[in-house]
Amino acid sequence: MKKHIIPAIRLTVVCIVFFCGIYTLAIWTIAQLAPGKGEGLTISDSGKTYHVNVGQAFTSDRYFWSRPSAVDYNAAGSGGSNKGPSNPEYLATIAARIDTFLAHNPGIERAQIPSDLVTASGSGLDPHISVQAAEVQVARIANERNFTEDAISQLVASNTEKPLFGLFGTERINVLKLNLALDKLR
Amino acid sequence: MNTEILGVIFMYLAVVVLAIPLGRYIGKVFNYESTWLDKLFNPLDRLFYKFGGIDPSVGMNWKEHLVALLTINAFWFIYSMFILTNMGWLPLNPDGNPSMGWDLAFNTAVSFVTNTNLQHYSGETGLSYLGQLTLMLWQFVSAGTGIAICAVVFIAMKERTMEKLGNFYGYFVRSCTRILLPIAFIGAVVLVFNGTPMTFEGKDTVTTLEGAEQQVSRGPVAAFVSIKQLGTNGGGFYGPNSTNPMENPNYLTNILETVYIVLIPMAMVFALGHVLRRRKLAWMVFGVMTFGFLCLLLPTIYYEMNGNPAITDMGVQQQLGSMEGKEVRFGPAASAYWAINTTATSNGSVNAMHDSMTPLAGMFTLLGMMVNCFYGGVGVGFINFYVFIILAVFIGGLMVGRTPEFLGKKVEAREVKIAMIIALLHPFLILGGTALATYLYNGDPESYAGWLANPGYHGFSEMLYEFTSSSANNGSGFEGLGDNTPFWNVACGVVMLFARYLPIVGPVAIAGSLAAKKYIPESAGTLKADTSTFGMMVFAVIAIVAALAFFPSLTLGPIAEYFSLY
Repeated sequence: MKKHIIPAIRLTVVCIVFFCGIYTLAIWTIAQLAPGKGEGLTISDSGKTYHVNVGQAFTSDRYFWSRPSAVDYNAAGSGGSNKGPSNPEYLATIAARIDTFLAHNPGIERAQIPSDLVTASGSGLDPHISVQAAEVQVARIANERNFTEDAISQLVASNTEKPLFGLFGTERINVLKLNLALDKLR
Repeated sequence: MNTEILGVIFMYLAVVVLAIPLGRYIGKVFNYESTWLDKLFNPLDRLFYKFGGIDPSVGMNWKEHLVALLTINAFWFIYSMFILTNMGWLPLNPDGNPSMGWDLAFNTAVSFVTNTNLQHYSGETGLSYLGQLTLMLWQFVSAGTGIAICAVVFIAMKERTMEKLGNFYGYFVRSCTRILLPIAFIGAVVLVFNGTPMTFEGKDTVTTLEGAEQQVSRGPVAAFVSIKQLGTNGGGFYGPNSTNPMENPNYLTNILETVYIVLIPMAMVFALGHVLRRRKLAWMVFGVMTFGFLCLLLPTIYYEMNGNPAITDMGVQQQLGSMEGKEVRFGPAASAYWAINTTATSNGSVNAMHDSMTPLAGMFTLLGMMVNCFYGGVGVGFINFYVFIILAVFIGGLMVGRTPEFLGKKVEAREVKIAMIIALLHPFLILGGTALATYLYNGDPESYAGWLANPGYHGFSEMLYEFTSSSANNGSGFEGLGDNTPFWNVACGVVMLFARYLPIVGPVAIAGSLAAKKYIPESAGTLKADTSTFGMMVFAVIAIVAALAFFPSLTLGPIAEYFSLY
């Protein structure tokens, strides 16, 4: 036991210096070359800066809504609802979200609402919605902003992000980018 | 074909294609053979040896290996406790996060030193950057510990090995610098270029498009995330782990992070083949592990992609599948795939909330941790598998009526006793812990109301999951559990300690005592370990010992919930 104590302490100190110090600084240095310089990817628009990977709450009828969030899009305390699939209180919340959506989107049927619009994401910061989730909001946006539904649908289509290499993963729409484009639509 | 499924197939094929050459490389590292990275790593290792005051050429027997391992781990625990209880006033704390109380610090220190990474805190508010970097250090060295001790078992299994099984510090340093460091480095660079933060600045404040104020937590995330995926650590920088879009920004990073989960655990199997010069044995082990893995994976993907029937009943579309707790950029298939990867290995990171998964998907994640050797943790996954091999050899020997042998060494009463104790320890810790928690909760549901976020069967699953995750050194959770209380912090801490060190001590003792025995050349009567028949034996032993022990508890939780929903 005794003969192992000194090497244990010395080796730990070496590891602290190397892994906490040198490894971290090396990655930090490389990050200075990366887009956003390691401070998070941002986009600037009309003089304002937004984190493009971090979802924002959109609740106004004039914007495409983002997904419900268990933490109200608090990016300094992210988290999911952790509600189980059979929890009655949780299922009541979902039913209420469906009713709210229907009330704000006249003419839409229940069966047109995709589940991502009524369920909370794992991080509470999901920046995306599915393509159906955008399409089902087109009529409301067109009505609120006095555009044709076609114009809004085109905007949705041009903001759709394809699966990786067209092969892997989901199709999705970044809600922030879509809404920024919406504000620019003439 | 569905692009979500294609993504899953790609991730699995990618990891197999990478694990085979990596396994050969790891085998060379263990054997001190030369590799093309020597020019870089020989000088670096010499620095570690020099400043660490160690001589890697001194051979150790199995007892010395264990003493060295336990001593250095004890020191890590003490250092960790100091940082966690004092980080409030120490440097690198731009967000002004507080120090931890003793019980949370105990749980967290144990959790990271044992490679578990169970988190009863949330990274954004619970740790300073110094705290994060200290935990990142354990992610390297606890993984290095697991790989090093697995190397000792490999060397002990060689035909001509006797007492001395190499030098622990040598294996440890080489595992950290030559295996973990370069791969973690590549991953961190990819993450940084995809938008994962790597900064020492504090929170950013932005005004959203609708005019609200939003604070965004940042930090040295990329360096941390890469090694937490690679070393089967799993503890996230942010509270909700790799669901957070800073930690896992897009599908490409999701592929990288998923591949990293199982890369080294799988490569260890091929490393075994290289070290022992028994490729066929490695393929037998790989076959059993892969078969078990697929048994867990396929139904999980099926149930997650089909969604929650209670939501279907409300009349909305579930084209994507079960979306509660999931991110649109990954989708349910990739989330289900991750869930099984992270629980079959002892990683424990998540890219979707396991608490919100459909009941049977939750059950298969539990089963992955209960078995804990389908690939398993880095190094320790194979060590767990080794215990089942010893048991299968013993049962096989009884069936043919011969003294059982494994790789030319007689397996006798002492080894089988140790193997059986280790195999039964895991169910004992999980079921004993869950029984205690359930007893307390039922005795006084009002004082413990904060524990469970969900009523009924699912609430039971939350407690079962927490102890399973602790005992499997996994670290994922049904996070609805209100687990930052002295009871959960201490109980899980104690379980993690036993579940980490006893399953290392036992198999190393077995391997060491087998190595010291006389080598018996193979004969016609030898039970051959590298055949598919023997593979089926091992699988049967795993199914009987590991899975059946847990079946009653699973019926009370996920299976009961399944029948209430479907």
